[in-house]
Amino acid sequence: MTTFDTTTWTRIEPPARKVKVSIDGEDVIVTEGATVLDACRQAGVDTPTLCYGDTLTPVNACRVCVVEVEGSRALVPACSREAEGGMEISTDSNRVRKSRQLVLELLGSSVNLKLAGMKHWMDRYDADAGRFGPPGEPAGAGERDQAQPGHHHDVDGATAATVTEPPRIDNALYMRDYAKCILCYKCVEACGEDAQNTFAIAVAGRGFEARISTEFAVELPDSACVFCGNCIGVCPTGALMPMTEWTMRQAGTWNEEEQTITRTVCSFCGVGCNLELHVQDNKVVKATSPEDHSVTSGHLCIKGRFGWEHIQSVDD
Amino acid sequence: MDIKFMHAEATDAEKSAVDAVLGAPDSGWDGGDHSRADDRIARLGHDARSRRDELLPALHGLQDRIGWISEGGLNYICRRLTIPPAEAYGVATFYALLSVQERPPIVVHVCDDTACRAAGVMEIIEDLESIAGASGNADGDSMWLTSPCLGQCDKGSAAFIQSAGAPNRVIAPSPATDIVSALAGEIPSTAPSLGAPQAGSAGLQLLRRVGVVDPWDLEDYRFHGGYAALRMAVHMGPAAVLREIKDAEVRGRGGAAFPAGIKWQGAASHPSRTKYIVCNADESETGTFKDRVLMEGDPYAVIEAMTIAGYAVGAEKGYLYIRGEYPVAEELLANAITKARAKGLLGSDVLGSGFAFDVEIRRGAGAYICGEETALFNSIEGYRGEPRSKPPFPTDVGLFGEPTVVNNVETLANVPLILMGGGPGFAASGTGGSNGTKLFCLAGAVEKPGVYEVPFGTTIRELLDLAGGVRGELHAILVGGAAGRFLPISRLDTPLTFEHLRDIKGTLGSGAIMVFNTEADMGAAVRRVAAFFRDESCGQCVPCRVGTVRQEEALARMEAGSDERAVLDDLAMVLRDASICGLGQLAAEAVQSAFELGVLES
Amino acid sequence: MWGSNARNAHPIFFHHVLKGLRNGARMFTVDPRRSETAQWADVWLGIDVGTDIPLANAIGREIIHAGLTNDEFIERATIGFEDYQTSVEPWTLDVASDVTGVPAEAIRQLAHEYARAPTAQLCWTLGITEHHNATDNVLSLINLSLLTGHVGRYGSGLVPVRGQNNVQGGGDMGALPNKYPGFQDVENDEIRLKFETSWGSPLPAQNGWHLSQMFEAMDKGQMRSLYVIGENPAQSEADVSHAIDVLNRLDFMVVQDIFMTKTAELADVVFPAAAGWAETDGTVTSSERRVQLVRKALDPPGEARDDSDIILDLARAMGHDWGNPTAEQVWDELRSLSPMHAGMSYKRLDELGGIQWPCPDENHPGELFLHSRLWSDPIGGPPAPFTPVEHSPPLDELSEDYPIRLTTGRRLDSYNTGVQSIGYTSPIRDEETIDLSPEDGEMLGVGEGELVRIVSRRGVIEAPVRFDRGLRAGLAFMTPHFPDEVDTNQLTADAWDPKSGTAEFKATAIRIERISETVS
Repeated sequence: MTTFDTTTWTRIEPPARKVKVSIDGEDVIVTEGATVLDACRQAGVDTPTLCYGDTLTPVNACRVCVVEVEGSRALVPACSREAEGGMEISTDSNRVRKSRQLVLELLGSSVNLKLAGMKHWMDRYDADAGRFGPPGEPAGAGERDQAQPGHHHDVDGATAATVTEPPRIDNALYMRDYAKCILCYKCVEACGEDAQNTFAIAVAGRGFEARISTEFAVELPDSACVFCGNCIGVCPTGALMPMTEWTMRQAGTWNEEEQTITRTVCSFCGVGCNLELHVQDNKVVKATSPEDHSVTSGHLCIKGRFGWEHIQSVDD
Repeated sequence: MDIKFMHAEATDAEKSAVDAVLGAPDSGWDGGDHSRADDRIARLGHDARSRRDELLPALHGLQDRIGWISEGGLNYICRRLTIPPAEAYGVATFYALLSVQERPPIVVHVCDDTACRAAGVMEIIEDLESIAGASGNADGDSMWLTSPCLGQCDKGSAAFIQSAGAPNRVIAPSPATDIVSALAGEIPSTAPSLGAPQAGSAGLQLLRRVGVVDPWDLEDYRFHGGYAALRMAVHMGPAAVLREIKDAEVRGRGGAAFPAGIKWQGAASHPSRTKYIVCNADESETGTFKDRVLMEGDPYAVIEAMTIAGYAVGAEKGYLYIRGEYPVAEELLANAITKARAKGLLGSDVLGSGFAFDVEIRRGAGAYICGEETALFNSIEGYRGEPRSKPPFPTDVGLFGEPTVVNNVETLANVPLILMGGGPGFAASGTGGSNGTKLFCLAGAVEKPGVYEVPFGTTIRELLDLAGGVRGELHAILVGGAAGRFLPISRLDTPLTFEHLRDIKGTLGSGAIMVFNTEADMGAAVRRVAAFFRDESCGQCVPCRVGTVRQEEALARMEAGSDERAVLDDLAMVLRDASICGLGQLAAEAVQSAFELGVLES
Repeated sequence: MWGSNARNAHPIFFHHVLKGLRNGARMFTVDPRRSETAQWADVWLGIDVGTDIPLANAIGREIIHAGLTNDEFIERATIGFEDYQTSVEPWTLDVASDVTGVPAEAIRQLAHEYARAPTAQLCWTLGITEHHNATDNVLSLINLSLLTGHVGRYGSGLVPVRGQNNVQGGGDMGALPNKYPGFQDVENDEIRLKFETSWGSPLPAQNGWHLSQMFEAMDKGQMRSLYVIGENPAQSEADVSHAIDVLNRLDFMVVQDIFMTKTAELADVVFPAAAGWAETDGTVTSSERRVQLVRKALDPPGEARDDSDIILDLARAMGHDWGNPTAEQVWDELRSLSPMHAGMSYKRLDELGGIQWPCPDENHPGELFLHSRLWSDPIGGPPAPFTPVEHSPPLDELSEDYPIRLTTGRRLDSYNTGVQSIGYTSPIRDEETIDLSPEDGEMLGVGEGELVRIVSRRGVIEAPVRFDRGLRAGLAFMTPHFPDEVDTNQLTADAWDPKSGTAEFKATAIRIERISETVS
């Protein structure tokens, strides 16, 4: 129930209660409702995350952020578990290290993590993605779309199955390289209830054959996609990428160290969406939006994310 | 919603299949013909968006009638229910019994799971392959596929038949010749036998009416003591009913063994006005068929128990989620609900007490994971059957976000007994930690497989004797199904209770007891368990999605002579520690226990 | 949502609306089309174009007759209720239903739910304002908010959603014929003196002309030179042939733009400008009155220069050296003259991610919403007036020769005359079409994709047909996004609202003629 100050008609927030937890032996006081991850951050404990996004509902699917909570049988995901008073949390116990190691090994053995920023975590936990054998044959184009749930194919274990398949390029604005997809659900959430509410993509299939898909795996221009690119904005592994970036990466000209990022306001409608223009060699190479701005929460529409070409078509 | 539908149109047959489930459309905006009135008004807001839970029934409607879910058919469902096609596609591709690819009208799913293997089903499958070709060959009007456990384990072989436009059927046992006949369209209409060898014996509690009453007949049920407990409950009042259930200290029989009274109390004391009772009848644990026996033999008892639960907790709606492979039980339960409603035993004024309660059946579609309670909620709600994070627990945030009591069929079957005998009496009947009687599913290499009811504390040896003894020489026992553990055969005198099994690192689990003799290929059995988890993982979390694949691969390498214990132990650890739900957490248990006990050494 | 397809035209604003819907808010949409926005509505009311006042008046009457008015608020914070009550009395549900086409029951439902809601907002866009009686349309909605007290409170209010990234800022900065920066009146002597003193120059004592008046003046030869900055009237004006004719008759025209627009092509002098949002520093004001910083991310191409540099040089050429102030220095001068911007330093604008005016001093957080003064006791300032308004149907009447009502709007991936949005490749952009109901297509014997001739009282154009189930028979839809291919504004009428100067883009009478007798 919302209550108001009846003279100013502003919302009165109930006073925030505080809870005390212990992280690796240190007491941390956090606001009630904060997650274990919030508490870890507050305590200055670095925690790996992949499927977590500040503006999205946690799905806690990747499990790379698991911590040990005294009294809990299994480890718990830091990103979604609410911090409760008296919780004793270990972020670097043997169990935590082992599970994080294994999660990274499982991901690394099945998915291309090159752009996922997990290198230092893999080093820290001694994760060896190659321990399950050489990677299996990549799937052909569209092959993974055909998988029927529950249908079993015997394996011989000679190779480790992967989700590798050719990149999907079916439009001028962005591409999908599901060989890099860790199935974190963030793109689905951004396309769906957490932001765009277009629902052009969903998780389809089951188990290892689960995948991000449009209806009947139709190409994006035939789907409900409105090319807002909010899926790209939240993708943690580079599986979704603007074509500008993809093309430059393929050509070897993408150079983030030389890029400047400038915050400005979109030039289209009157909503006031903040843009971050990524500029390399005096050319815009990508537009994003800051997650911490209350207008966009990091999300944009097609015009904001891609409609900047008009300022640099210098030819004719 | 501004949904972009596909261009594909549904055929008239597809539309009528969907409308048969959903009723006729309201306007041109939700799939009907466009009328002049539609030019000026549309009402497709919150109400239209709130019909998501009708998705799975509608998908079943298409699958049952048409034999697959086409783009046009899916599109029509999406229009009818205001669901984006990608979302509906994500749901349709989650379930093994639904197909979004065109396939022959007759599809026969043949069990090749662990319990039937222990009983020798692989010979049938080899025969079938030589006659009908390999699994999955879709030429002609029919095809066959291998299937995980179909819950007919006492027969030693089973097949589930989907036939477009005709009711789903089960044949069990299923000799290759019968399967071949089914593939040719000659589908037997007789249901398999119940599988309760004790039926009619004295001293039974849970099974007292099974095989005795006519499961179709409400009057017969009442004649045999049915609905006395509900009448008593209404007389006692909700608080007193709750007290009896709590006093009984009855533990859940679905596998997790959580005290039912605590669940009921949790939901009952929750301030929310809307609450739900859910009966978990998605019995899919390998080697488990006790709930099927109860539902087929004594269906009214399940409905009565749900009604009592609703009364005690303050819920007006119950859902009975039954696995798709149990068509006989589903039909019997549907009949029971209709008849109970007609007699005022369900509906707006149960027994004239002013208490409103009704039950709706929801059918699963081939997904073991939907037996996990929160996955089950998602499945009912029309989402992919992916488990949710706990906490929050169902008694706080359950079905449709409301406080919910989920009980397994067998747990509920105890409820009328508890009321009639009194909670304290029930508590006194057990071992302290395990009260009442327990159903065990004996399958594999025993002489008389079936469901047996025994008091808690009965030893495994006594149970094997009850089942006529082991066929051949005993080699291994897997208790609790695929999610269970092998038990040392030196411990046959262990009393079967929750606590005694826990003491020897075992679990009662679902009550499945699979018996392997020395003829069994244990390597294949363990690999089948690993394959089961790989196939049934929902795919949501990394440990389970990838870990179950790696486990199966490692077992395959091990069979080829490689030492994979370190890898398997690490996998077991991450599965147990970091998976979201019980499926992943238990996916390495059987494999690990097989190593620990040397089951794989012949 | 009244006359607004925010789902397409203001996608990120609509994200916030969707959050509200997810939290249980109910939404009614009043729109002739069942637009993408309307598809989210709990109830869509398919109104006839230009009948917003009858609908609003009937809602007002129903709220009064059902006893759902907020009497205490009306008594304490408003004036003119009795006259308003009298004015809406003829608009019974049935009469309004006849005029608007909306079922009486739906009008009743909207009236009751709006009045009963603990908080409620009326949001509108150009569907309300691009009419010859735009101001009256707005007033009819304001009346409803006053009846129910749905204004000036957290969660309640009147929300006009701005169409362009700085149309609000243009007004804020005084780019209006009757206002100085900060909405200070030109004709107020005291105010004028303040600006004259600061700027060291006498200023005109009378209001200037707004755009429509300027075009009339140019047409009559009373205005002979024009300096156009960042506007493309040769494509954006209604009845655009007439507009081009007027521009051609000018003695002298300067165009300052980032593109060589159609208007620029007609100019005597063109100043190439830098893109204001990416190649220069400055501020813009969004729909929610939030002033935000735009920042230079890259250098402008070629000879293009910052707008302010061009103006400074121009001043210099005219003998006034204003120095070379930075954007921040210009802004600080503005703050010194516009009280509502006084508290908005660049530093604060940067730190706070923008500030909503009014912000009188540097300790003020900015106003989340306006008009809370109506709820203080006693109210601050004058009471809010009810304004009785009468129905006035679209001036471009339907007739036997022009039987179809054409309305216009935006598509998701495009923007206005397209000069910015055609720069990128959109996978969801098709060629410009005339959108018709399937019924009209059948009646006219035209198929999807078929090129047809579209005739209004002012012009003739051709476009291919697309069917849209969201349109009913007699209602057509086009956009102004591709004037080079399909010049929609050849058709539109330049009738405009005398109070606001807005042209009636939303209501054109047309007929559609087949070009080929053979359906492809």
